[in-house]
Amino acid sequence: MGRRSRHRILAVASAGGHWVQLARLSEAFEDSDTLYVTTVAGQTAPTGDRAVAKISDGSRNEPLRLLAAGLQLGLLMLRFRPHAVITTGAAPGYVALRLGKLLGCRTVWLDSIANAEELSMSARLAHRYADLWLTQWENLSGKTPGLDYWGQVL
Amino acid sequence: MILVAVGTQFPFDRLVETVDRWAATCGTNVVGQIGPSTYKPAHIKAHNFLPPKEFESLLKQADLVIAHCGMGSILSALSLGKPIIVMPRSASKGEHRNDHQFATAQRLSRQPGVTVAWDEAEMSRCLERISALQDSSSFSPIPPKAPRELTDRLRTFLWEGRR
Repeated sequence: MGRRSRHRILAVASAGGHWVQLARLSEAFEDSDTLYVTTVAGQTAPTGDRAVAKISDGSRNEPLRLLAAGLQLGLLMLRFRPHAVITTGAAPGYVALRLGKLLGCRTVWLDSIANAEELSMSARLAHRYADLWLTQWENLSGKTPGLDYWGQVL
Repeated sequence: MILVAVGTQFPFDRLVETVDRWAATCGTNVVGQIGPSTYKPAHIKAHNFLPPKEFESLLKQADLVIAHCGMGSILSALSLGKPIIVMPRSASKGEHRNDHQFATAQRLSRQPGVTVAWDEAEMSRCLERISALQDSSSFSPIPPKAPRELTDRLRTFLWEGRR
């Protein structure tokens, strides 16, 4: 990799399906300086030369672990100073968008393709903090004000 | 080799037990990531958790994948051209927070390479005809990345805030 881009993007996804979908978006991050964040160790960054950061994996059922994830994200973001934050979920991604908004970042929520009939809880909570709020299902976009559809990762 | 993948978050004993009973007689090497499932398989080489790189390498070797109906498993299998049998997790059985895997199963039931088993009985029937389902020549792998149309738009928004 050559010189790092001056545009910094924080790309956050929980392990599993959320991560696989984020990685499929990597062409959007090719010319940015991208810091990827997930909830298991040993993941490989789809673009760039930065190691993938590992944070705790909390959910609304595990608020303490979610708080830990928030603290880790806060520290990462204060050091990295992203211009934009993008997430495919789940709960830690929601926390990342909230923190991103506090730090003046542009924020994107792309809801998981798994949510075909209704938005996830994190997606609904993320609405207030997302400059761009996307679903991968056109039918959901049609019946939810503010929710956009730009296509699927498939 | 058959790879069983049920993620790492929740138990999925119904699937693991069904596959294990079949694995006792199938004569094929069956390897699995079974997460916090409580059923202890005797015929699957089972791991609670496989690091991402190991999982990826097993997936590359697999002839077919048996999984919960999670998008991670499905997208990973299809992008490598591996046929996949999926069974949705039920929230009322303590297998997930909600029933979204049923919606996923419904939407993907016509996707080439994907076979949906709605319950254990149907999974057993799928396993009996596994050699037919294992034919990966019947479909092409999905592209490794999201469509350029989506990623170009996202890139523009991330850089410039323009929609």
